[in-house]
Amino acid sequence: MNLSAPAPGARVVAFGEYQPGNVVSNDDLTARVDTSDEWIRSRVGVEERRIAGADETVVSMAVAAGGKALAAGGLSPDEIDLVIVATCTQTDQIPHAASSVASHLGINAPGAFDLNAACAGFCYALAVASDAVRIGSAQNVLVVGSEKLSEWVDWDDRSTCVIFADGAGAAVVTAADEPGIGPVVWGSSGERADKIHLRENRYLFQEGQTVFRWTTTELYPVALEALERAGVAATELTAFVPHQANLRIVEAIARRLGAPQALVARDIVTAGNTSSASIPLAISRMSERGELPSGSTVLTLGFGAGLTYAAQVLRIP
Amino acid sequence: MAHSEEEILAGLGEIIDEIAGVPAADVTPEKSFVDDLDIDSLSMVEIAVAAQDKFGVEIPDDQLKDLKTVRDVINYIQK
Ligand SMILES: CC(C)(COP(=O)(O)OP(=O)(O)OC[C@H]1O[C@@H](n2cnc3c(N)ncnc32)[C@H](O)[C@@H]1OP(=O)(O)O)[C@@H](O)C(=O)NCCC(=O)NCCS
Repeated sequence: MNLSAPAPGARVVAFGEYQPGNVVSNDDLTARVDTSDEWIRSRVGVEERRIAGADETVVSMAVAAGGKALAAGGLSPDEIDLVIVATCTQTDQIPHAASSVASHLGINAPGAFDLNAACAGFCYALAVASDAVRIGSAQNVLVVGSEKLSEWVDWDDRSTCVIFADGAGAAVVTAADEPGIGPVVWGSSGERADKIHLRENRYLFQEGQTVFRWTTTELYPVALEALERAGVAATELTAFVPHQANLRIVEAIARRLGAPQALVARDIVTAGNTSSASIPLAISRMSERGELPSGSTVLTLGFGAGLTYAAQVLRIP
Repeated sequence: MAHSEEEILAGLGEIIDEIAGVPAADVTPEKSFVDDLDIDSLSMVEIAVAAQDKFGVEIPDDQLKDLKTVRDVINYIQK
């Protein structure tokens, strides 16, 4: 039997993002639940977030982010042969999002599937895309993280509604002689699956302090291992872009990496926690601001419900 | 291995200085974390983790709410 022709490496050639236009401030939330701007800023780090309207869905936001990434990478839709949408908030289980996203973008008959690894989903999807390109099962892959968490939040529950938000981020992955996506370090801890779940099958619930303890103590070794596997020293990093769960978590992990020179993503301040969208959203916005020069090295770390986690090193296109 | 009160207090002072930026000299047994030292529940989790590394005593999340003063933590670690 013949095997597909492998490629020496895979890299991201472009990022893109989409955020809903509707800005919701901390004061807007204070009008609805018993909280305060000061509490939210100091405990979570969010100053404002974007919340999707009725016409903005997981699919439509993924289409917008994916279209932007395709345009930025100079690829036409017919060059894409695999579409992966990382999401945990797609309302309809059937049909899944990826096929619709592809057809809206004019991508003809690609392989298409959704991937649910909660807030770690983008890192998982990027690893799968990189492997598919390297092994030769795909040439050019569109990877999107898209989430409409607002549909799964109880807007009267102050412990969650101040954290979560909506948005999408995308990356185009192609074959490359010089690899631009490092080995993934991933894992899970299903014995703690109940720590983040849907209460009444409907509303996001988390044991906040347990999740905080997990993320701030058990995950920096995962990030350090991703650096080691890629052969990149912490001191060589341009930026650290972890899942934008909570600014306190982001900063606590960053302190333990031994990378004082690295810019630490703080996208949560204006984007909120957008689950699997948060990492590509942050990278795309930081790149647009000129904070991540082409060729710079970024460490990602996704983590969330499951519990799941994944980290990898990326080169910025 | 038992730790003396002085040893634990000195260790907590260092930890609290590092995590919350409160000078170690201000960390005395009668101080309340929330009211006197302005330490919130998330910093308490970080302090509990650091204390576990230092003294080998696990302080689970469900116990944290009851540890209101520095003395409470010293007693918990000693018991
Ligand atoms: C959710 C989180 C912000 C809560 O912070 P916390 O310090 O653990 O808060 P607690 O639940 O202990 O609550 C502390 C107090 O603040 C109150 N509180 C909770 N939410 C509040 C809000 N939005 N505004 C004001 N007060 C609030 C609580 O009711 C509690 O009051 P009490 O002491 O009188 O009972 C925090 O635990 C967290 O972010 N954890 C990580 C979660 C995360 O990032 N998940 C995503 C993973 S992908």
